[in-house]
Amino acid sequence: MIARLIEGVPRRALILLGLLLVALLAAPLLVGDYGLSVLILVLYFAYTGQAWNVMMGFAGQLSLGHSLYVGLAAYTAAALYVHFGIGPWLGVWIAIVISMAAGLVIGFLAFRFGIGGVYFALLTIAFAEFTRVGFDHFTWVNGSGGFFLPVAQYSVNDALNLRGSPTMFYYILLAITALAFVFCRWLLTGRIGYYWLAIREEPEAAQTLGINVFRYKMIAVAISAGMTALSGVFFAFYYNNLFPEQIFSMNRSIELILGPIIGGVGSLFGPILGAFVLTALAEVLNDVMVALGYELPGIKLVFYGLCLLAVVMYLPNGIWPPLRKWLGLGERL
Amino acid sequence: MSTAPLLTVAGISKSFRGLRAVDQASLTVPQGGIVSLIGPNGAGKTTCFNMIAGVFRPDEGSISFAGKNIGGLRPDQICHAGIGRTFQIVKPFKDLTALENVIVGALRTERSTRAAKKKAEGVLDQLGMLDKRDQPAGQLTLPERKRLEVARALATDPKLLLLDEVMAGLRPTETDQMVTVFRELNRKQGLTILLIEHVMRAVMALSQHVVVLHHGQVIADGAPEQVVRDPSVLECYLGEEADI
Ligand SMILES: Nc1ncnc2c1ncn2[C@@H]1O[C@H](COP(=O)(O)OP(=O)(O)O)[C@@H](O)[C@H]1O
Ligand SMILES: [Mg+2]
Repeated sequence: MIARLIEGVPRRALILLGLLLVALLAAPLLVGDYGLSVLILVLYFAYTGQAWNVMMGFAGQLSLGHSLYVGLAAYTAAALYVHFGIGPWLGVWIAIVISMAAGLVIGFLAFRFGIGGVYFALLTIAFAEFTRVGFDHFTWVNGSGGFFLPVAQYSVNDALNLRGSPTMFYYILLAITALAFVFCRWLLTGRIGYYWLAIREEPEAAQTLGINVFRYKMIAVAISAGMTALSGVFFAFYYNNLFPEQIFSMNRSIELILGPIIGGVGSLFGPILGAFVLTALAEVLNDVMVALGYELPGIKLVFYGLCLLAVVMYLPNGIWPPLRKWLGLGERL
Repeated sequence: MSTAPLLTVAGISKSFRGLRAVDQASLTVPQGGIVSLIGPNGAGKTTCFNMIAGVFRPDEGSISFAGKNIGGLRPDQICHAGIGRTFQIVKPFKDLTALENVIVGALRTERSTRAAKKKAEGVLDQLGMLDKRDQPAGQLTLPERKRLEVARALATDPKLLLLDEVMAGLRPTETDQMVTVFRELNRKQGLTILLIEHVMRAVMALSQHVVVLHHGQVIADGAPEQVVRDPSVLECYLGEEADI
């Protein structure tokens, strides 16, 4: 199994990945509180982008409603914790099941009735939107008034209940992101990966080669939604407050796919690189502007827009594929 | 060679918005045989393939393969039943390499990706495409893409191979190479073949039996030499194209 993971990956790529991991492990010792909060955001988008990429990049199914899975999982884990004292490490499994079930319902409706492409994307938006409206009136989790987790003292880390310092959250998120990267590599190099790529490229030809297209699309949705559920649980316990208006919003769905689009849809490292470029650079830019005495609250969005425009115009496959080629790191990373 | 029919198509029809593309067509392909389906453009040949391969359900008639009724099965189920097909308008997985394209097919029977890779290499070699293995399929020439279609279908280990104009656009020497490949597959592996072909050089060299379709109907059915001399066949090609 390990052999399959690194087969065909140049040694240079493994060394670079190792160096990156070491750097990320050491980062909390080197950057301040603010730097750490930015890095957490970077990893959050890297991981969530990776999850979205399974569906779009691998299986070719465009979801513009991934905030649905984030939100459902966040509310599930938070409500289980607040109402029943069920900790996040148990709650996360229930959250995964619920997000997966939501994904499977959408997938079933779409794929059974031949809804694809843009119409599928619209369906994903619709589900996220009416779930948002539903949660606005869901009194058990306080509706549109917002749902709050008790805020803990940062002096003691309680990893079992995900209560503690940003450093603890950072390391947990780093572990999840690294595992997701390996997991996606494993998926992509196996039967399922070949099937997904075939379905993404030419569904008719894929089916003619014996692939049950419906089944493998459903699996892609389930895995993507399940992975995204982790983001939601993390979100709930890191920020401690949930508002339907925010967490289910389409902005959130768009925000989390910008990383993979700019990094490179369908590649393994693209979502991670994209998240770094977008989040870290936007923060740096913001700081520079502040240091220069300009307070421009909208600068981040302008930056996102410019990045997207530049990538779409000059690097339609994202920045990672050409960079990967330039670094001589093979094709499937 | 045994002559028990492997594929029996009995009176199938298909209409598109009133246009009767295939009209009660029947044909049989014997186990181990090579049969050609010819006819002018728009005669309904590809539509016949699409019905056999499960893309369209016939409006009427029945299709049986190896003694089982396969009418109404999905394309992936047809593949698992043992029928491979190529597309006239090629459908390569463009972003995948030639080898990866064939691996997808090989995974139908192989349990591991490693075994599938090995098998795919063998199939590419058989079709003289091993040197193209690492090229993205999107960068291949049209004749190469046609061969890739064949390779991908072959990799699924079909008992019956449906070839839709795979020789179109090939030079005569390339056509002869393909003919040799199919002959060998037929002789050595007992592969049964039903091919749609305009290149008469290939039709005459390969087939024991020719079926002629015109306006969706079978107008002639027999040995190649006999069919090409049939007045009604000659007539249907007049004014169409003079490649018969
Ligand atoms: N999917 C389709 N929708 C509508 N009409 C079609 C479709 N496929 C084929 N046809 C029509 O059916 C007729 C037969 O086409 P086809 O089977 O492709 O012929 P051939 O392969 O013999 O050239 C043509 O008139 C064609 O336009
Ligand atoms: Mg045709």
